[in-house]
Amino acid sequence: MEINATLLGQMIAFAIFVWFTMKFVWPPVSQAMRSRQEKIAEGLSAAERGRKDLEQAESDKAELLKEARQKANEILDQANKRANQLIDEARDTARKEGERQLVQAQAQIEQELNQAKQELREQVVTLAITGASKVLEREVDAKAHNDLLNDLAKQL
Amino acid sequence: MAEENQSISYYINHHLTNWKVGDGFWAIHADSLIVAFLLGALFCWIFWMASRKATEGVPGGLQNFVEMSVEAIEGMVKDTFPHKNPMVAPLALTIFCWVFLMNLMDLVPIDLAPDTMHALGWDYFKILPTVNMNITFGLSLSVLGLIIIYSIMYKGTKGYLHELFFHPFNHWSLSWFNFALNIVETLAKPLSLSLRLFGNLYAAELIFILIATLTLGYGLFEVFTSLGGIFLLVGQVILATIWAIFHILVIPLQAFIFMMLSLVYLSMAAENH
Repeated sequence: MEINATLLGQMIAFAIFVWFTMKFVWPPVSQAMRSRQEKIAEGLSAAERGRKDLEQAESDKAELLKEARQKANEILDQANKRANQLIDEARDTARKEGERQLVQAQAQIEQELNQAKQELREQVVTLAITGASKVLEREVDAKAHNDLLNDLAKQL
Repeated sequence: MAEENQSISYYINHHLTNWKVGDGFWAIHADSLIVAFLLGALFCWIFWMASRKATEGVPGGLQNFVEMSVEAIEGMVKDTFPHKNPMVAPLALTIFCWVFLMNLMDLVPIDLAPDTMHALGWDYFKILPTVNMNITFGLSLSVLGLIIIYSIMYKGTKGYLHELFFHPFNHWSLSWFNFALNIVETLAKPLSLSLRLFGNLYAAELIFILIATLTLGYGLFEVFTSLGGIFLLVGQVILATIWAIFHILVIPLQAFIFMMLSLVYLSMAAENH
């Protein structure tokens, strides 16, 4: 096997191909790969961020829910209290009113009773007078015996 | 019998002779050079096509392939080469792909190229460039040049000379012994690189040729009609198949070894002791 100028030709070709690869092949490919790597890293970190945000929102939600529930309970308690108060008040008022009405009614009844008694008395007196007049067949001097009759009526 | 032997040796010689243009040192083996150049251009073209359309988006098939090779080479360079250098990785990629493609010509049926070219008027045409020592030495001497350049680049002229004279024995009385040792070591690198590749492929090619000579004495008619012819033909097909399958392994392996050793030599050159 002889060594000849083929060697030089091969060396020149080698230099050309290495230069070409270095200049035109390697940079764009590795550039594309690097930027894709960055993009993927970015996407992953964005996903991570999103996950964290979601977690935060979830915990926020839980807190808000807890707060709302507490508030609702408070309101409910207050309402219950108020309702009880109202019921108590109403009961009080009703009782008082009832008592008042009872007293009034009793007074009225008393009054009416007295009135009825009075009327009855008067009627009895009249009746007595009438009866007496009939018995005596003459007019009783009402005026003369009025005091007497009134005493009688009071005794009835 | 003598005639047959003569025809076999003629056949082998014919297959191992390059298409030579010119005389003396300035002669060139045009077949090796043309095939090597075409294959290198093919490699550059394929990778250039892919790199021109390289996007950061979802890569297509070709881009995927190119990126895979680039990434693999980049990883290997990162592992072996200690410094940042814009040339080492593309160099490794070029060496691997080019040597691989040139070795791949080993699998072209051995009579195809010479016979085709013979029909077209050429006497000799050897399609496998890596069975030419000019080609393998062209590669390895380029690597040697880079070894020397990198040594000077990363150690400085002074540092490199100091290493040549005071390594491995750091004593002035042994400086010339060190120098001789280092020169031998440096020269052994390209020698082993190129002879390894050449030897492997030469042996492979020779065995392909020998397998092909099994039915050499028979004409097309004889091969199919005589019992011996059929027997030899079957044996030839089986042997060639086995050998070719074995070479599917050897071809990328030799390319990889060439690339890896070049990387190792260059990183040794760039390393500071």
